[in-house]
Amino acid sequence: MPISQSSQLYKQLVQQLPAERLLVSSESLAPYECDGLSAYRQLPLMVVLPVDIEEVQYILKVCFSLDVPVVARGAGTSLSGGALPVETGVVLSLAKFNEILSIDGHNRTARVQPGVRNLAISEAAKPYGLYYAPDPSSQIACSIGGNVAENAGGVHCLKYGLTVHNILELKLLTIEGDLLTIGSQALDSPGYDLLALMTGSEGMLGIITEITVKLLPIPDTARVLLAAFDDIEKAGNAVANIIAAGIIPAGLEMMDNPSICAAEDFIHAGYPTDATAILLCELDGTESDVSSQLITVKQVLEHNGATEIRIAEDEAQRLIFWAGRKSAFPAVGRLAPDYYCMDGTIPRKHLGTVLKRINELSLEHGLKVANVFHAGDGNLHPLILYDANNPGELENAEHFGGKILEHCVEVGGSITGEHGVGVEKIDQMCVQFQTQELEQFHAIKHAFDPAGLLNPGKAVPELHRCAELGAMHVHHGQLPHPELERF
Amino acid sequence: MSDDSQQLAQQVRDAFEKKTPLSIQGTQSRSFLRYSEHGNKLSTLEHSGIVAYEPTELVITVRAGTSIASVQDTLAEHKQSLAFDPPRFAQSGTIGGTVASGLSGPSRPWMGAVRDHVLGTRIINGKGDIMSFGGQVMKNVAGYDVSRLMCGAFGTLGVILDVSFKVLPIPESSSTLVFEYDAQNAIDHVNEWSAQTVPLNGACWSAGKLYIRLSGTDAGVKTAINTIGGDVYTDNDLLWDELRDQKNSFFNNAGYWRLSLPPATPVLSIEGEWLLDWGGAQRWLKSSEHPDKIRQMTVERGGHAEHWHGKDKNLLRMPLDSIVHRYHKNLKDAFDPAHILNNHALYSDL
Ligand SMILES: Cc1cc2nc3c(=O)[nH]c(=O)nc-3n(C[C@H](O)[C@H](O)[C@H](O)COP(=O)(O)OP(=O)(O)OC[C@H]3O[C@@H](n4cnc5c(N)ncnc54)[C@H](O)[C@@H]3O)c2cc1C
Repeated sequence: MPISQSSQLYKQLVQQLPAERLLVSSESLAPYECDGLSAYRQLPLMVVLPVDIEEVQYILKVCFSLDVPVVARGAGTSLSGGALPVETGVVLSLAKFNEILSIDGHNRTARVQPGVRNLAISEAAKPYGLYYAPDPSSQIACSIGGNVAENAGGVHCLKYGLTVHNILELKLLTIEGDLLTIGSQALDSPGYDLLALMTGSEGMLGIITEITVKLLPIPDTARVLLAAFDDIEKAGNAVANIIAAGIIPAGLEMMDNPSICAAEDFIHAGYPTDATAILLCELDGTESDVSSQLITVKQVLEHNGATEIRIAEDEAQRLIFWAGRKSAFPAVGRLAPDYYCMDGTIPRKHLGTVLKRINELSLEHGLKVANVFHAGDGNLHPLILYDANNPGELENAEHFGGKILEHCVEVGGSITGEHGVGVEKIDQMCVQFQTQELEQFHAIKHAFDPAGLLNPGKAVPELHRCAELGAMHVHHGQLPHPELERF
Repeated sequence: MSDDSQQLAQQVRDAFEKKTPLSIQGTQSRSFLRYSEHGNKLSTLEHSGIVAYEPTELVITVRAGTSIASVQDTLAEHKQSLAFDPPRFAQSGTIGGTVASGLSGPSRPWMGAVRDHVLGTRIINGKGDIMSFGGQVMKNVAGYDVSRLMCGAFGTLGVILDVSFKVLPIPESSSTLVFEYDAQNAIDHVNEWSAQTVPLNGACWSAGKLYIRLSGTDAGVKTAINTIGGDVYTDNDLLWDELRDQKNSFFNNAGYWRLSLPPATPVLSIEGEWLLDWGGAQRWLKSSEHPDKIRQMTVERGGHAEHWHGKDKNLLRMPLDSIVHRYHKNLKDAFDPAHILNNHALYSDL
């Protein structure tokens, strides 16, 4: 419900911010009503678009004094509803913080504002022969602030790490308007590792206003192999054996048959549509490193029963091999009116059983599913196909997704590898964590935001919520019924 | 080689009820890095052993009292290692101490620090609750990253029980090259190489010589040697192990500075004896200059200074900014409300 201009909140904000950067009309709020998880929508009271730290500080102080919730928003590509507005709250957009402040070629770092797009950093670093390694598939659009808040990963994170491994320093404002510098321009700093704590904290502990990222040398060369398999287990073994051979590929991705077919239909990358699974394995580094590893990987793939192995001959072909994988989401998206992207992680050895379980669940729920998999690091993205126009089908898809995540936890994995908990996986948090751990999370939240105003209702469930879910578990032997209101 | 977690948790619960402080101890190899030590001893040494190791998953889970050396030996049987190569000091340093102190070896700038390899932990908080965070998988963003928060917290937030680490293959080949360079030249060269795809894995300068370690495939290391020149140094392993464990002649117990700086920072004009490690990002200094001057010059360059093995513990760590300090105390309260875990290990009040 948009706010009236006579309210205290508006009156105080307009004292320091020009009215054109305070959005209040329903039309201007509409683009902010959801993020990448568009099944959830909510209009906020208002959206504010600050341009500098002082303005952010002022907004936070006003909201704090009036007890108004604040939801930070980068590019709004979150797939877990992390940036979903709160009805009684303000959306604080960092969109105008879009400057690359400096690049230090000698120390191999870049100081950037949070609204800078992920890919823009690598583009700006290119003249120095450097790049920013974490490369989420959304990198053309997503913001580095959002990446820090979600600890985003990408295709190359097996070798180069997640966001947490690739940042040095943050400037962060707490809800009370305290400005903290966390980490440093050096490799360590005294005190607690707040840099790690803030990374992946989903906008719950503070607003990130500046980030210093590490830059890496652009590899001299990158080569990719594509291997086809007639059996998922064989593909899984091939992954384990590449690693057992002492090789950490730059990227190691798997697609199952429905994903292969969807991608092939969409992008015509020449993928073998009769394969049960394909592996894409990228090696990068110096020419000599890559050519020696290429031979080893090829042997491993052969020994593990690959039915076909292709090596991209040049850069153009390498990009084609990748194009299919990179467009897997939109490609699968064409198979049904809607798809729901899951993000569980598992110990890789369980891949076979987990995929089998997903297929069983697919039959039980009557919904198709396609799987893409960051195979190197055990991060599975099942894409559940559904049609939101059919009554109950969204709830069915969510129920199916929840079951997949619970199974990931059962085999020793996690409910989210890179997309975050947000509003989406809040119930599965009750499955992954015990009461004491959840209490500890609340205590951490309390240490930074005692009034609970930053991104309320996200990431960490209230204990009574888990208790209710738990009780229902016992009663019905399953998660609560879809028609029960979840949020 | 046993699971002592229930006994340890009981000890913490008792201490919580009686509000009696505890001092968590492994082999004490890093205790010189504590501001001060208080309370009844809580030993993690009985809680030792490898809980799980799956080479092809690249994960090992270890109890806190296990020695670093035995973990590295087990991993080496499968041609893997903890790539941050933590200092062992005394051969018996423990995994718990490694994580609590957050120290990493000479490969740190290129391979990452302890915290970069920690995937999950099981800890006891100050109320005696046993809790698990993170896990045994490479990626996990469910909940706040408590596991990494334990790294470098010196036990002030929790007793570390078990740790899961990402492990990496030991590179096929490793060679050390030596160059006659002055310190500035050494800094310039290493940072230039770091900005190219040279397979660096160590870079230290001492007494007019720059030593660099190259690691990777046989072919890759050979190519790099041909490209960047220098003389091959044969005492490869000894040099790096002594540097890591501070056993070479530079280090003595008379007190020295550790400056953590952006790596390409030019040579600082502070009189004294220097040893540069981490390609310039970690610099050791023996100097009689006034501590204020050393600290100030380091801070101006974006770094911080620690005084190791000194008489005055107030020089051990630089004070935190007052606001940041306040949030540290809030966090301490969140984990250890009765203030019984390793009080004063970091600062006089933390
Ligand atoms: C097609 C597609 C592909 C994707 N692929 C990947 C992938 O490969 N890997 C991956 O990890 N993710 C992926 N994502 C998810 C998403 O892009 C990431 O989570 C990304 O990091 C979100 O960034 P954002 O700027 O859009 O953040 P938003 O969606 O705006 O916000 C995300 C969260 O961060 C918080 N936040 C944002 N900015 C700040 C700030 N400055 N301070 C504090 N909190 C803040 C928000 O409150 C919210 O909780 C994909 C998404 C899409 C749509």
